Amino acid sequence: MKFSVVVFPGSNSAYDAAYAASRVIGEQAELIWHKDTDLKGADVVILPGGFAHGDYLRTGAIARFSPIMSAVKAFADRGGPVLGICNGFQVLLEAGLLPGAMVRNDRIKFVSQMVSIRVEQTDTPFTAACEPRQLLRMPIAHGEGNYYAPPDVLAELEENRQVIFRYANAGGEVGADWNPNGSLNSIAGICNRQRNVVGLMPHPERASELSLGSADGRVVLASAVQALASLSR
Amino acid sequence: MEVIDTAVLERHGIKPDEYERIQHLLGRDPNLLELGLFSVMWSEHCSYKSSRVHLKTLPTTGSRVVQGPGENAGAVDIGDGMCAVFKIESHNHPSFIEPYQGAATGVGGIIRDIFTMGARPIALLNALRFGSLDTPLARRIFEGVVAGIGGYGNSIGIPTVGGEIVFDEMYGGNPLVNVFCLGIARIDDIIKGAAKGKGNPVFYVGAKTGRDGIHGATMASAEFDEKSAEKRPAVQVGDPFMEKLLMEACLEVMKTGAVVGIQDMGAAGFTCATSEMGSRGGVGMEVDVMHVPQRETGMIPYEIMLSESQERMLLVVERGREHEVEAVFEKWDLHAVQVGEVTDGTRLKIFERGRLVADVPNRALTDEAPVYQRPMEVPLWQKSVQEISFANLAPAPSAQQVFDQLIAVPTIASKRWAYRQFDHSVGTNTIAQPGMSAAVVRVKDTSRALAMSVDGNGRFGYLDPYQGARLAVAEAARNVACVGAEPIGATNNLNFGNPERPEIMWQIGESVRGIGDACRALNTPITGGNVSLYNETEGRAIFPTPVLGVVGILEDATRIATRTFKTIGSAVVLLGDNLGEIGGSEYLVTMHNLVAGKPPALDLKREAALQKLIVKLIGDGCVESAHDCSEGGLAITLAECTFDTGGIGVSADLTAVVCETDDTFSVNATLFGESASRIVISVSSHHLDHVMEQAAEAGVTAREIGRIGGEHIRLSVNGQVAIDTPVASAEIAWATAIENKMRRKPKAD
Repeated sequence: MKFSVVVFPGSNSAYDAAYAASRVIGEQAELIWHKDTDLKGADVVILPGGFAHGDYLRTGAIARFSPIMSAVKAFADRGGPVLGICNGFQVLLEAGLLPGAMVRNDRIKFVSQMVSIRVEQTDTPFTAACEPRQLLRMPIAHGEGNYYAPPDVLAELEENRQVIFRYANAGGEVGADWNPNGSLNSIAGICNRQRNVVGLMPHPERASELSLGSADGRVVLASAVQALASLSR
Repeated sequence: MEVIDTAVLERHGIKPDEYERIQHLLGRDPNLLELGLFSVMWSEHCSYKSSRVHLKTLPTTGSRVVQGPGENAGAVDIGDGMCAVFKIESHNHPSFIEPYQGAATGVGGIIRDIFTMGARPIALLNALRFGSLDTPLARRIFEGVVAGIGGYGNSIGIPTVGGEIVFDEMYGGNPLVNVFCLGIARIDDIIKGAAKGKGNPVFYVGAKTGRDGIHGATMASAEFDEKSAEKRPAVQVGDPFMEKLLMEACLEVMKTGAVVGIQDMGAAGFTCATSEMGSRGGVGMEVDVMHVPQRETGMIPYEIMLSESQERMLLVVERGREHEVEAVFEKWDLHAVQVGEVTDGTRLKIFERGRLVADVPNRALTDEAPVYQRPMEVPLWQKSVQEISFANLAPAPSAQQVFDQLIAVPTIASKRWAYRQFDHSVGTNTIAQPGMSAAVVRVKDTSRALAMSVDGNGRFGYLDPYQGARLAVAEAARNVACVGAEPIGATNNLNFGNPERPEIMWQIGESVRGIGDACRALNTPITGGNVSLYNETEGRAIFPTPVLGVVGILEDATRIATRTFKTIGSAVVLLGDNLGEIGGSEYLVTMHNLVAGKPPALDLKREAALQKLIVKLIGDGCVESAHDCSEGGLAITLAECTFDTGGIGVSADLTAVVCETDDTFSVNATLFGESASRIVISVSSHHLDHVMEQAAEAGVTAREIGRIGGEHIRLSVNGQVAIDTPVASAEIAWATAIENKMRRKPKAD
């Protein structure tokens, strides 16, 4: 199975995502330059973290114009699994592949810390191997991870079970005290209506080995492997 | 043409005798542009003219040293044909004037030094000093510096994995921002900043040149006064995205093999890069400033040559292979522009549209810069500050009172408020969480990891600069050893006042002597570093503050120790002697508002034995936790071992020390004295005998002082309970102290 990791000029987690997919999960991983137009036989596409184009304007705002994004859109339209991590999530929002927007963290400052997130839905390619309501410890590191959507969009997201991860405490409770950035409804990750495109702010690739402080993130990539394997059976 | 008179010389920071030297080296009067070149290259910041004679005495060689001082950064062999490239650099002056950009561009500068060597940067650390957080100015600077460090490092994607932050009113008007970066390279891929080969083209790549930062190096070589705020235009503005592009493109272009030499344009910008590359390679260079990409219109050669605009590189490329280099830069949307070429001879010739506007021997700007053997004198006050007159002190407060206060002193308290703003997980190499120990990053594709620590104690330096410097080396190396790593190399950042004052020069000389002695004894050669002088505001110098960055190697990345207690019932063992030295301690300054006494003694042989022992014990898997004993003494160290454990307590009983002159201070000296060469470890009963035997064999004092357990920090002296605090409440005080100070909205001042 092949993970194609898109490299925007300011991506800083592309190597990390490719390393997790290849060296930790044991699948193939290839870095795809954003000026390319071909995903090179991807089974799974990852848009990694970073600051795609410096993001002085708005995070991810320019990345959607990169040549590779038409290929990513076409891949997503065909039902291919796409995962946006941190800045990659922001790019998916800007590109209209996911609904809503990111604004500045409510406490203004950049936040870098380990958080717990609760898996809300397991019927996506990136949570298929999770237990319902499973808690995953992963780091976050962002300045603009405060998820926002207008009330009608938010209601629709909840209605369609598109909220995939929520910030929680170690006991699995959700609430303002454990919400690190002010995201509406403690949203840490969502999917599209077709459920094949998932974006999340925490970094599963940085929590894929115990020596890094947590191996809980491994299940996110492993889910994709499992989901695709079961599809092809 | 402007006449060069005393006013012009003064504006350029050139002394009359230095001007004569310029006339002599040129064989004529310089023109204004040439004077500008000399002014920046002969500034203290670029020439090290006051410190050079002292720096020469430092140990810089060793079996692992791949690159010593003199290049963009130093490098040490870490096995398998790989090396660690690292250096520390200061951005003190700009950070005072404009905290966010000053700190951000400091990070940018040190990162460029590392990738310029052909290494991929994988870790950043910082050593910071601010004034008291009770003043709005210090809060504003602290807030801005932390945001600036994060803003740059986070964007470019290099994790900030550790460091140290100290607050002391002595730094109120002159903060210290020392930034350390480490990268990894194959030894064979190391590339140097030397120009070679007549006819080889010289390329400029990166951000366009603007008028920002002109005379930045000169500014960094002068004291502050009430007019310093007017120098804001001399602070550069950073663009981490541009640097990210430059870093990736440069690392990629180096792989083509078409690059002969490369250097970043940092302090003294284009002038420094051209003259140093020519001088190192023993060649000449001709450049035409009209080819330099410019951000502003109407810039004159003087401005172009002296600009310190950030994120710019100079490359010498093998003739005929220009297109390979250009192609890589185009890929990253950067435009490499040829600005000149390497020539025969040894002169730097600068043209403006083909007209020669400056013609200077390279070496006149670099190697032949003046070197001063400045007069040194022991300050008149030196002896008296080493005395503590106990009779004049307020009665000793109770140990409990001291503990409650010290645990929430910003210098001791958790630095979470700062490091939560630093991305420390990017790169997936960080295998020790911030605040838990020295910083540790693994080296992918090997079984190894590298540990790093930056340390310095200005108070000790003030009381005895020689001893303060030795202690700084020892502490940085000890911190590295406490995770289980063998210290293998060091870099230093010397932060001092005005070297033209003999007592400051004495502090510099003594400090360098101390660093040399300690680095020799601990086998950590100095591979590079930085000197920041004129750290004075309105005539008041900072404490002499040498900051040492030590790098250590762990052969087995899975065997790391951290500070936290792990197992209830395990023994708590103190390695080293508790001597109750309170000179220069946090206790004296917090409880008695006194910076006095002699710094703790340091026997380098014992220190080396202690470090060797702890590395061995951790490697053998016999130690559950290890924590160096420093600010706040044993009591604070033991408390810190209980934090982040989920509330596991400790009971310990210490043998009272005999206090220097006054017995009423004995309990506090026992608990809060800051003697060197001490480590608190925890050991399961299963390994205890082995640990004690090993210690005895190494000649290191080891004493079981207590057991892990309960929910309190309960410390006794000679069987009498002196401190008894629930872990939970002590931890809250420690964890939130800085946040609480920063929550007060800083006023615009």
